[in-house]
Amino acid sequence: METKGKVFKYPDNVDTDVIIPARYLNTSDANELAKHCMEDIDNTFVSRVNKGDIIVAGWNFGCGSSREHAPLVIKTCGTGCVIAKSFARIFYRNAINIGMPILECEAAAEEIEDGDEVSVDFGTGVITNITKGKTYKAEPFPSFIQNIIGKGGLLASLKEGC
Amino acid sequence: MGMTMTQKILAAHAGLESVKAGQLISAKLDIVLGNDITTPVAVNEFKKAGFDTVFNKDKIAIVLDHFVPNKDIKAAEQSKQCREFALAHSVSHFYDVGKMGIEHALLPEQGVVTAGDCIIGADSHTCTYGALGAFSTGVGSTDMAAGMATGTAWFKVPSAIRFELKGKLPEHCSGKDVILTIIGMIGVDGALYRSMEFSGEGVATLSMDDRLCICNMAIEAGAKNGIFPVDEVTKQYMEGRCERTPVIYEADEDAEYERTIEIDLGSIVPTVACPHLPENTHPAEELGDIKIDQVVIGSCTNGRMEDMEAAFNILKDKKIADNVRCIIIPGTMQILRECVQRGYVTAFIDAGAVVSTPTCGPCLGGYMGILAAGERCIATTNRNFVGRMGHVESEVYLASPATAAASALTGYITDPRRNS
Repeated sequence: METKGKVFKYPDNVDTDVIIPARYLNTSDANELAKHCMEDIDNTFVSRVNKGDIIVAGWNFGCGSSREHAPLVIKTCGTGCVIAKSFARIFYRNAINIGMPILECEAAAEEIEDGDEVSVDFGTGVITNITKGKTYKAEPFPSFIQNIIGKGGLLASLKEGC
Repeated sequence: MGMTMTQKILAAHAGLESVKAGQLISAKLDIVLGNDITTPVAVNEFKKAGFDTVFNKDKIAIVLDHFVPNKDIKAAEQSKQCREFALAHSVSHFYDVGKMGIEHALLPEQGVVTAGDCIIGADSHTCTYGALGAFSTGVGSTDMAAGMATGTAWFKVPSAIRFELKGKLPEHCSGKDVILTIIGMIGVDGALYRSMEFSGEGVATLSMDDRLCICNMAIEAGAKNGIFPVDEVTKQYMEGRCERTPVIYEADEDAEYERTIEIDLGSIVPTVACPHLPENTHPAEELGDIKIDQVVIGSCTNGRMEDMEAAFNILKDKKIADNVRCIIIPGTMQILRECVQRGYVTAFIDAGAVVSTPTCGPCLGGYMGILAAGERCIATTNRNFVGRMGHVESEVYLASPATAAASALTGYITDPRRNS
């Protein structure tokens, strides 16, 4: 499994309020919510993002609220992966649970620039910056978490285990 | 090697003799919580996965608090979906308008959570219940759905930072000033993935409302949970209140902590977190003339009785400054009732404030006090991110109820010690 696309670069501490502002949380319809993805940090994101594109950010991505709507809108917009120096713990957990690919890689998150063309191989954790001709290796997930992702999310993995 | 208090609770709920930091475990849950924003997503996932029964109707709590009384048609539909699910599964702890409160003020008050519990909630401030000596953490809706179906959740056992408290808080300072000071010291990811364990002789001087407020904002330092030891103050609070028998865990003497940070409560001053991160803290007295348009006193952080009392002590027989809107939101129906009985509501109205039914409302920019572009609010809430309370060009300053009330009187961010 892999994704390839252009990079949208954001700073440290991107919080769930800017990913999907609470004023829109009066619905749980993913397609409706996705129209407002990243709206309060980048109101051009939704009109520019294409399937497979990659969000690259700094430390503590997804901090704040527990709203699962945050990884959900990023996924629903077609984003192929989020690469960050670190993730806030509830966002990290939610992304895994809903099958939104994320990778922690400090060097890649530091060096990759907005607009770069990047590909990610989820099997190996190798991140390739095609524009700059440079590769990085992200930490792989523990096997327990790989199992959840492999089965398509937490609930699917639970049903299979029943 | 010894275990922290959090690790002991997790080990017991995983049926293990001991656990260590980094270990992945499956733990039994005592309470699974959701609100009117996160429960609909959980219900959809629960149904989509084909589950038709909940693991235990007495161990699920659904609280309608974010957008109720319903703010619009869509919110009404979400409340309705929660209500129907609660009814269909005979959920014991379902709180609708008239009974509800802000979830993290309500569940401890109603005795739904207790010492020694292992709790997940689809709300990031679920970490509040650590004040009772429980392991309690925020999760997403899919975890809530899985928890309601199976009664278990997976966890990576956290390491811990110990906060050794000594001394006693000065007048006009409260738990909010303590936790803002700590977040200012360690940063918004200073406790990422870790427990914040509070200990030391200073613990005994803190009220339950202070402890609930401190644990509430552990997430604002990135923590998995915050936790206080169980002492006489906790036991007195739980007595006759908790429906289940409390279980008391203590950290081992040789428990390992990543670091220990000493906090002298006596040196705490009224503290304000400036936009747009909770770590951007400054002493209130050093902030200069920052003019405000709105004051919000309430939320799961500071909507409890002592918070209302702190506001009353400053606002009684005074007038709120011209051109300042002051919105006071008692956290639960019981607190609202007590505010009526004690005459606080009359005093607040006489001062020029409005008093609302319990709701999360403005804290997350839902309703009941949304800010326009360029407006500024001092709030006793927990987050001051961009656009949190309204327009992306509005600003939120986080502070204690005393500081917020003092600021309401002057129209500028004000150290509450100045008014007294």
